[in-house]
Amino acid sequence: MNIAVTDLTFTYPSGVQALRGVTLTLLSGEAVAIVGENGAGKTTLVKQFNGLLRPTSGSVTVGEWDTRSVSVAKLASRVGYVFQNPDDQLFERSVIKEASFGPKNLGRSEEASASAAAEALAMVGLEAEVNAHPYDLHLSQRKLLALAAVLAMHTPLIVLDEPTTGQDARGLARIGAIIRALKAERRTVITITHDIDFAAEHFERVIVMARGQVLAEGPAPDVLSRTDVLAEAEVEPPQMARLAHALGYSGTPLAPGDFVDMVERRTNETT
Amino acid sequence: MIDLVGLTYTYPGAPRPALRDIDLHVPAGQFCALVGPNLAGKSTLCYAIAGFIPGFYKGEVTGEIRVAGHDLVRTPLAQLAGQIGLVFANPFNQITGARFTVREELAFGLENLGVPREEMLPRIEEALQLTGLGELAERSPYALSGGQQQRLAIASVIVMRPQVLVLDEPTSQLDPVGTREVFETLDSLTKTGTTVVLAEHKLEWIAVHADRLLVLQEGQIARDGPPRQVLAEGGLEPLGIAATRYTQAARAAVERGLRPADRPMPVTLDDAIGYFAP
Repeated sequence: MNIAVTDLTFTYPSGVQALRGVTLTLLSGEAVAIVGENGAGKTTLVKQFNGLLRPTSGSVTVGEWDTRSVSVAKLASRVGYVFQNPDDQLFERSVIKEASFGPKNLGRSEEASASAAAEALAMVGLEAEVNAHPYDLHLSQRKLLALAAVLAMHTPLIVLDEPTTGQDARGLARIGAIIRALKAERRTVITITHDIDFAAEHFERVIVMARGQVLAEGPAPDVLSRTDVLAEAEVEPPQMARLAHALGYSGTPLAPGDFVDMVERRTNETT
Repeated sequence: MIDLVGLTYTYPGAPRPALRDIDLHVPAGQFCALVGPNLAGKSTLCYAIAGFIPGFYKGEVTGEIRVAGHDLVRTPLAQLAGQIGLVFANPFNQITGARFTVREELAFGLENLGVPREEMLPRIEEALQLTGLGELAERSPYALSGGQQQRLAIASVIVMRPQVLVLDEPTSQLDPVGTREVFETLDSLTKTGTTVVLAEHKLEWIAVHADRLLVLQEGQIARDGPPRQVLAEGGLEPLGIAATRYTQAARAAVERGLRPADRPMPVTLDDAIGYFAP
């Protein structure tokens, strides 16, 4: 199921024009990272996908549904949205209730909802906290709970708004594993992130935004090698790309392994 | 400036202590970074140094907490106003929003303490300058970027001229531009003699800016030393800390026989450029 964004503009009631003519197609099963500085319009864009915001002009379609004529409740069956701030999302009194709310709300049976919730909590590593009150959890755990609550809905598209914020090494590894699992199931994963290395390592396609517009988009190695575009969007290239560039290597390695491959090739060439 | 002696602290109703037998001396002007997995005690140690334990969070304290000449176990929090500053992850937990401009926001804490106007004005100018907010002084706090807001939160604390500034993951909500702004501000503060304690996940930044790195594990100090040295020594994965990507690349190069095993591991970009240069 594709998302098609056509000539989208959006102006907040305050008069701030947050999106200025965005046209994009996100294909079914893609893993897409949206990057850009604070205020570039990233969150405003993804909130159009599940109808939390509606176009001022232009259109957004999710599959054959035009978001202007479909309810948020209905869109929720297709697009799961994990908020940047979990406290904007969580409201139940226990971890297990929080994780089973979504599937129940989509009309799934008590039994199916409970098992989807338990599975999602195990994926994020909160299986031991099922009876805890969400507000007794550490912020990083509340973020993982917000993710589990959306995973349990089994939506074909899932949007993660700054999933790595405040996560430690274990949390990052867990989120990486979840993204790999979602990709293996051919679900569409869309993330907003400031962590360009996280984007480079897990997402095949990158969209660079600035001032409410798309500056560049395409395969991650291509987009992340365009230093002029990244500079305009105030995005630094991935660490390995900066290292390769500083050493005069041609190419844009996205992860340590890619960089070491380059070192090996150069070593073989010179010996 | 900071002396913790045998500090053990348990939150009310918690089954285990959050901090266990911590001994720590931080001299004046040091930039000390705290890392560790979530729940290892970073925030709790920040609260203890900032006077929030046992001043705000009750529970059970044993040992000594001495900061900026105060015995914090026995000093009421109100007596510390301004002398020790605490900055949170979310700048809007700090900014009152009760004022129309950045400059007025900075006056708020000083007015509350009854600081005379002729003393307030130069202190506000100094805080604006140290945080690089001079040109934004007449803006609304709500019209600032994330990095600018966090710098305002820091400014609203340093305008009180604290001897010790404690920051609990102040860059976690910020983009790379905002992160750089915060670290550069902390550099200029330590140059003026302020002691800085920073809980933070971003190791590449710590390695470049901090004087000292403490690794916390289950409420105890597991490593303590200069950041580059602690990070280059490695062995931090079992403590829940991943090596930087530069270190990971170097390890992979050693494993593939592309670099000798006896060289120190790079931690930062500059280290790695030297390490991988032909």
